[in-house]
Amino acid sequence: MNIVLIFLITIFSVSLFFYGKSKTKTISIKDNIKLNALPKFYGYYLVLWCSIPALVFLLVWSLFEPVIIKSIIIETAANQGAILSDKNEANLIYEKIKAIHLGTYFGDIDSILRESAIAYAKFINLFTNSKVVLIFGIIIASVIYSLKKIKNNNKARDDVEVILKGLLFVSSLIAILTTLGIIFSLLFESIKFFSVINIFDYLFGTNWSPQRAFVRDASSITAAEFEELKDAFGFIPLIAGTSFIAFIAMLVAVPIGLFSGIYMAEYASVKVRRISKPIIEILAGIPTVVYGFFAALTVGPFFRQVVENLGLTVSSESALAAGLIMGIMIIPYVSSLSDDVINSVPQSLRDGSYAVGATKSETIKQVVIPAALPGIIGSVLLAISRAIGETMIVVMAAGLAANLTINPLESTTTITTQIVMILVGDQEFDSPKTQSAFALGLTLFIATLILNYIAQRAVKKYREKYD
Amino acid sequence: MTKEERLKKRHRAEKRFRFYGLTSIFVALLFVVILVQNIFSKGSSAFKKTVITTEIFFDQELLEIQNGASQEEIMGADFYDIMIENLIKAYPAKDRDEEDELLKLFSGDAEIEIKKAFLNDNSLIGKTITLDLTASDDIDQLHKGNYPRDLPEERRRISDFQLVIYDYFVENKMISKNFNNYFFNNGDSRDPELAGIGGALVGSFYSILICLLLAFPVAVLASIYLEEFAPKNKITDFIEININNLAAVPSIVYGLLALQILLATIQLPRSTPLVAGITLALMTLPRIIIPCRASLKAVPPSIREGALAVGASKFQSVFHHVVPLALPGTLSGTIIGLAQALGETAPLILIGMVAFVVDIPSSPVDPSSSLPVQVYLWSESAERGFVEKTSATIMMLLSFLIVMNFIAVYLRQKFEKRWN
Repeated sequence: MNIVLIFLITIFSVSLFFYGKSKTKTISIKDNIKLNALPKFYGYYLVLWCSIPALVFLLVWSLFEPVIIKSIIIETAANQGAILSDKNEANLIYEKIKAIHLGTYFGDIDSILRESAIAYAKFINLFTNSKVVLIFGIIIASVIYSLKKIKNNNKARDDVEVILKGLLFVSSLIAILTTLGIIFSLLFESIKFFSVINIFDYLFGTNWSPQRAFVRDASSITAAEFEELKDAFGFIPLIAGTSFIAFIAMLVAVPIGLFSGIYMAEYASVKVRRISKPIIEILAGIPTVVYGFFAALTVGPFFRQVVENLGLTVSSESALAAGLIMGIMIIPYVSSLSDDVINSVPQSLRDGSYAVGATKSETIKQVVIPAALPGIIGSVLLAISRAIGETMIVVMAAGLAANLTINPLESTTTITTQIVMILVGDQEFDSPKTQSAFALGLTLFIATLILNYIAQRAVKKYREKYD
Repeated sequence: MTKEERLKKRHRAEKRFRFYGLTSIFVALLFVVILVQNIFSKGSSAFKKTVITTEIFFDQELLEIQNGASQEEIMGADFYDIMIENLIKAYPAKDRDEEDELLKLFSGDAEIEIKKAFLNDNSLIGKTITLDLTASDDIDQLHKGNYPRDLPEERRRISDFQLVIYDYFVENKMISKNFNNYFFNNGDSRDPELAGIGGALVGSFYSILICLLLAFPVAVLASIYLEEFAPKNKITDFIEININNLAAVPSIVYGLLALQILLATIQLPRSTPLVAGITLALMTLPRIIIPCRASLKAVPPSIREGALAVGASKFQSVFHHVVPLALPGTLSGTIIGLAQALGETAPLILIGMVAFVVDIPSSPVDPSSSLPVQVYLWSESAERGFVEKTSATIMMLLSFLIVMNFIAVYLRQKFEKRWN
């Protein structure tokens, strides 16, 4: 239906374009009016007026129609005596009604379901018809309005440009909308979570075991369940695991990345640079799920083999394997950024150092790196934020149990792993377990935001210094 | 320490420093090589499948249909008896138990394969044909040499007797390797020998298409606004800060966003490429805007001034002159953004693309998987056959990424103008 409507709107718009163009042409020739804009702009003007209001309306309508129909249908089903004790049951009944309507339901159909399905068909029909009528109404109204505007006004180009400029502005607002959407969706569930779990129990608890929080409805929990819940959501093991793996990753990525960056900026010939830089950057382009697979299937078992040969027993999911592979993934982030940063250190600083007899490495160590330090720190901070937000490698290679440990061969868990584990598969909303994933998401979002902000400030400050 | 000694020491330090740098680069390159080599050595065997050449006799007594049966009749007919009767002749088995073990060497789709042969030629009743039937996963892995035969029997998935049958097949040249059409055409399956990436490929294609359709126009319009029209004020600054931050937000947060807004609030269908595409578009948008703005910025002001000087409006100067010149950079930035979106896994897991989907999606609102999610799903499976399937999926994924990146580099080098 929507596709047909969009198609019709397009056809209308195109024909209006040619109508507007030829009409203004004939009028200007007949009445000998000198137009302020080319005839085609009158066409564009009509097209914009014909299509934009209708399309916006269609979009908004399509977003809200299913929600409204659903609430109406669930209400009618409840009026007819369907037992809907909670949200899941209501959803189930609604899905059944929909399936009956589409003819894909093969279970028993009782009278409630049948009546509701009939009502559903009725409402769908009603909504579709009113949608079509309203859209045509909007098109006709806006076309009449715009035709009238054109008659009294011959600055079509300016008008078109104003509308287009508005369109450009709205596009750039999408970035703000996305941020708002993220904050809203994380806060909304997090607030519900923190209304059950004390925020200090969350931040300073040392035990993370959300599977214990099996209560479905957060609003009706007993005191005993509450005690159980209280210490099921301790954030400390997660932040410890996350930082530990990020630390191992940094142990790999910072030296290798930094030395590669230095070598490429200071020593490498143009030819070596041209070949090796893109190859190292391949590491950043490989999907993280590939690293996860490599870590879980090759590196983890390899470490286990090595350690078992030394006479110890370990699990094949270890912080070491995940951290090492994550470090490899991050190398190019460190190396490219530090390469850029070192490159923008002015040559005069180096020349000064050479002039007093320093060797190249002494110049780098004592002049170039101190000068580039804020930028290098910025790039390391960006790499850390990348490491704590990284998901697939740790999900596949680091393990699920929340251990407080500093043994790199034991399995540890991270914030992102827990988010995935809680939300994978079917989940019921309104359970503290599901909400805790959003609280974790919020924590992660804030942490990466702060790191990124500091890093970007550092890099920017540094750039300004030498520009 | 004399002067000479000190100088020598300093020169040694210099050499050491240089060596560290070179080693680091070498280590990084080595990782690339090891990773690629590891994936390829594991995955390349998945493009072939093991087949057992069997003679099939279409016995009228075992079928309810006649020669010349219509397509529906054949589809509805039962070929199970034909399958059993013919497969047990593949090896001279002595009793029921042996026959059962023999049957386990064929894939679960043997009946369908026989049916397909009959569909191709509906006059086969009373005739005998030789057919290449797909072997079970265990035989497949054994034949490809991925499965050790010298383990004790109780730790093996294949019994000693099945090994005897296998050797008999090899001796009689009944077993061979064919091109694995199932890997490309089939959807997911619990049986590794039947599992394919067809569904994941289509799902990824739809997701990326929706991502492109949503992200590209919005990103281009937004960067044109910010680079050419935006006044320097607080709103513009705020938008810029937002874009820079969004580009660095972990991808899993976008999954949470999609879960809350797209699935819980707007109630779009779960596990579908539509939701995946919108999520990826939101995630890719800032990553496309940044290179788009850079390529607009690279167009020298003289172009704009020239257009304005001959009477073009600001819009005409931008859309007729600046944007076409910036287009190669814009496109290559978009392609690189899409390549990242193609490999993205975490947000798609949260919106339910981990569901087990056998059917190949026919539209963006059907449940489906995607290539990286398929990698994740299969890597969690215990069967040995899925290891090579996972690696082969990664090979496909990587080759798409390589192609996309090459196109991006080519566009930039071929069409982008250098201004100085």
